[in-house]
Amino acid sequence: MNKTILEERKSQMHRIGEEPFAMACNRPSLAGAVSQRACVFCGSRVVLYPIADALHLVHGPIGCATYTWDIRGAISSGPQLHRLSFSTDLQELDVIFGGEKKLEASLRELIALHSPKAAFVYSTCIVGLIGDDMEAVCRRVSADTGITVLPVMSEGFKGNKREGYAAACKAMFRLVGTGDTAGISPMSVNILGDFNLAGETWIVREYFKKMGVEAVANITGDGRVDDIRRCHGAALNLVQCSGATMELAKMMEEKYGIPYQRVSYLGVEDMAESLYKVADFFADKDPDIKAKTVALVREELSVLMPKLAELRRDLEGKKVAMYVGGSFKAFSLIKAFRHLGMRVVVVGSQTGTEEDYKELAAISDPGTIIVDDANPLELAQFIKEKDVDVFVGGVKERPIAYKLGVGFCDHNHERKIALEGFVGMYNFAREIHASVMSPVWKFMPRRAAGRVTCATKEAVNG
Amino acid sequence: MLLRHTPKEIKERSALSINPAKTCQPIGAMYAALGIHGCLPHSHGSQGCCAYHRSALTRHYKEPVSAATSSFTEGASVFGGGANLVSAIENIFTVYEPDVIAVHTTCLSETIGDDLPQMTDKAKKSGKVPEGKHVIYANTPSYVGSHVTGFSNMVKGMAKGFAVNTGRKNGRVNIIPGWVEPSDMEEVRRMATLMGLDIILFPDTSGVLNGALTGEYKMFPDGGTPVADLVASGDAIGTLALGEWCSADAARWLDTQCKVPCTVLDMPFGLKSTDRFIDTLRKVAGVSVPDTIAFERGQLVDLISDMHQYFHGKKVALVGDPDQVIALTEFLASIDMKPVHIVTGTPGNKFEKRIEEITAEAGYKANVKAGGDMFLLHQWIKNEPVDLIIGNTYCKYIARDEDIPFLRFGFPILDRVGHQYFPIVGYKGGLHMLTRILDLLLTRTDRDETEEKFELVY
Repeated sequence: MNKTILEERKSQMHRIGEEPFAMACNRPSLAGAVSQRACVFCGSRVVLYPIADALHLVHGPIGCATYTWDIRGAISSGPQLHRLSFSTDLQELDVIFGGEKKLEASLRELIALHSPKAAFVYSTCIVGLIGDDMEAVCRRVSADTGITVLPVMSEGFKGNKREGYAAACKAMFRLVGTGDTAGISPMSVNILGDFNLAGETWIVREYFKKMGVEAVANITGDGRVDDIRRCHGAALNLVQCSGATMELAKMMEEKYGIPYQRVSYLGVEDMAESLYKVADFFADKDPDIKAKTVALVREELSVLMPKLAELRRDLEGKKVAMYVGGSFKAFSLIKAFRHLGMRVVVVGSQTGTEEDYKELAAISDPGTIIVDDANPLELAQFIKEKDVDVFVGGVKERPIAYKLGVGFCDHNHERKIALEGFVGMYNFAREIHASVMSPVWKFMPRRAAGRVTCATKEAVNG
Repeated sequence: MLLRHTPKEIKERSALSINPAKTCQPIGAMYAALGIHGCLPHSHGSQGCCAYHRSALTRHYKEPVSAATSSFTEGASVFGGGANLVSAIENIFTVYEPDVIAVHTTCLSETIGDDLPQMTDKAKKSGKVPEGKHVIYANTPSYVGSHVTGFSNMVKGMAKGFAVNTGRKNGRVNIIPGWVEPSDMEEVRRMATLMGLDIILFPDTSGVLNGALTGEYKMFPDGGTPVADLVASGDAIGTLALGEWCSADAARWLDTQCKVPCTVLDMPFGLKSTDRFIDTLRKVAGVSVPDTIAFERGQLVDLISDMHQYFHGKKVALVGDPDQVIALTEFLASIDMKPVHIVTGTPGNKFEKRIEEITAEAGYKANVKAGGDMFLLHQWIKNEPVDLIIGNTYCKYIARDEDIPFLRFGFPILDRVGHQYFPIVGYKGGLHMLTRILDLLLTRTDRDETEEKFELVY
C-alpha cells in the first residue's frame, strides 16, 4: 500500500484472505480526513424528510436548510409539503441572545400558513451550543395550536449519521401510539427503513397486497403522520436499512410488544426471502399465504430471470466497486451482482458496524477489499488497483468514477429509477448494463490506448 | 402543483425563511479556495458541513470536489477545536500533500470562539506545516451574510495570506473575477490577454472544476491560481474587482495594505458593463483596444439588433447573488426587457438601491428585495406574471407551477450539465446569454401559437 493510506486508517480496511479479519469502525473520522461522511443532522433529516404531510423546520443558520431542500427523491403520492424548505435562518444576534423567540414565531407562522399534520423541528450545531430550549418551545406551540410539534435533537457535532437516525427514531416514537388502531387487519406490517425513492415502497406494498397483508405505515417513504400515529396496531415491523430505523423497531417491540424482522427488498434472493419471512410469520393466520407468496415469487421470477440472463451475457466477469451509506445495501448488492455474473472486488460503507463488516467478509470473495469511511484517494486507488468496470455509490463518488473512465450507478438518494423488488432488480441490471456497456468508455484513456495506436497505424499506412 | 402551498396574498413574515435564495458562508469559502492551485479547502467544524458543501459543489460542477474537515465531536465543541485543527493540518500535509490548506470556519467553531490565527500559528510553530507549504484562513460564520460573504472572505484571506509588497511593482494587473463559472474566469483571462495585459487572476477555478477526463483522478487538478501569483499580487500595478459583494474586500485590502490601487466594477455581463471592463483594462495598462475585441463587441451589438423586437417589454423575474443580479438587470434593461421582480437572498440595502437606480434609468419601478427568498419571488409572480424566470435550479418549481419559461443562471444548477463550459461574461458571454433567452421565448411562442399562426420563419 502506498502513502495514500494513513497508518491510522489501515485498521479500517481489510483484504479478505490476506489477513485475519479485524476491522475498526463506527468511530469518528480522523481530523483532516476528506471523509465522505455526514453529520447527525443529516441522518435525522434524511429519515424524517419523506413524511410528506409534516412540516419540517430547520432551526439554525440557513445552510442546513438549503443543503437538505428536496435532495432526496422520496416520492409522495399526496401532499408535497416536505419538499419545501423552512428555516429560522439564525443571525448573529440570535446566536448571542438565543433563537427561541424566532423559533416560536416561525412555528406559529408556518402552522397558520400550512396547517400541517405535525411539525418536526430540527436542532443544528449552533442550537446545541446556545442552549435554546426547543422542547419547551415545541410544547408551548403544540398546546396553543393543537398541532403536535416534535423536537429532533440532531446537533451535527454529536456524531455521524447514525446518531441522527436515532434522534429521528426518538422523535417519531412520540407520535406512535397516539392514533386509533381500529380496523387494522391482524395480518399487517409497518414498512420501516424504506424511503420510496423513485416509488420503491409502492412496489413492495403491492407485493404485500397480493399476499393479503396490510401495510399500516410507511416509515418513512411516502409517509403520513396519521399512519405513524396508529402504526402500533400492526402485527409486525419490517426493518430494511437497519441503521436508520432499527431503533424505532426496538422501542416499539419493548413498549408495544411488536416483533420485528430484518428485510431487504434489493436483489432476487433478498426480496424473495423477505416476502417468505412475512408469509411464515402470518402462516398461522392464513394457511394459504405461503402458497400465494410462492406463486407471486414464481410469477415475478418467470418474467425476470430470462431478462436477467440476456443482460448477463454481456456482464459476465465484469468487476464492481461499491461505496454505500449503510452496509445493508452492500449485502444485497453483492448477491444481486452474482446474478449478473459480476464480481464485487471493493466494498465500503460510511457507517457500517463491526458485525456488518464481518458478515460482509463472510459473503465476499477472497481478495475483496473492505473499507470503512473511505476518502476519495483511497477509493480511486482501489478502483485502479482492481481495474473495476463499474462503481456503485452516491453523489460525491460519481465524478471520481468518471474521471477514471469507469461506469457508475447511483444507488443513493439521487437515483431516479426504482431498484427495489423484482422489477427493481431488472431496472438495476439494465442500469448497470447501460453504464458498463456504454460505448463512451471506448473514448477513455485506459481503454482507448490500443485503439489509438491502430488508428494511427492505419493513417500512417494509408 | 408542488408549490400549491404558496398563497398569492403577501404577509409580512417576522422570523422565517421559506425556500431560501441563499446558503451559508462556508460553501463560498470552499469554492473560492478551489481556485488556488494545489489547495485543499478545510472546513473547521462538524463533518456534515463539509459533506454538504462538497455534495452541493459536485452537483453543480459535476467534478470531484475534495475538502477536509476537522470532524468535530462533542468534546471539541466543549473544549475548543484547536487540537482537531492542528492534527488535521498535520494529517492533511502527510496524506494528501497539498501546497496550500485554506481553512474556513463554521457556525460551530465560530460560536465556541476558536481563534484561527492563533491555531494556524501554533501549527506552523510546532512544525506541522512543511517547508514551502502554506495555511491560509478565513472566518466564515454561517449566521452572517450568505455564501457570497464567505466567498468574499476567503478571497480576502488569499490576499492576506499571500500578497507581499516588496516595493517593486511587477507591471501585472490583479483581476478578481468574483463568483462566476470556471468558463467565465477563462474568458476574463482571454479578454485581458487580448488586451495585452499580464494578469493575476484569483481565484481561478478554470481547469479545476471544468477539467478534462484523463483517466486519472487528481485531488489537485492542473488549474488554479499559482501561489507565486498570489504572492506577486502585492506588487501589481492595479486591481480590478469584478463585483462589490464578491471581490471588493480583497481589492481594498490590497489597496490599503500593499498600495495596489483598486477599481471596483460590475461583473461584465452584456454590453455596458463589458464596455466599462474593457475601458478600465485599457486605462490601467495604457493600451488601445485591439481590433479583435472591437469586432467581438460589434458582433454582440449586431445580435442585439437582430433580436430586439422579441425582447421588447418582456417581463422577467430574476433571482441570484447580488453581483450577478445587478449586472444582469442592467444587461436585460439595456435590451428593452423588464426585470420586474428582483430578489437576492444575501442581505444588504445597497443591493436594493443599486437595482432601483438601474430600473429608474430604464424608466420603470421593480419589486426588489435583498435578503428575500423564493417564496416571496413566487408570490410576486402570482401577483404580476412574467414572461421569463432567471435564477438557479430551485426556480424550477415556480416555473413549472406557473408555466413560465426558465433560464438557469447562477448557483446552484443541479439539474443540467454543461453550464460550466460556456461563459456569461464579456461580449462572447453576451452572445451566449441572448441566444439562450431568445430560444426560450420563441420555443414558448411555438408551443402556444394556434395552428394558423404557427410560423416557420421568425
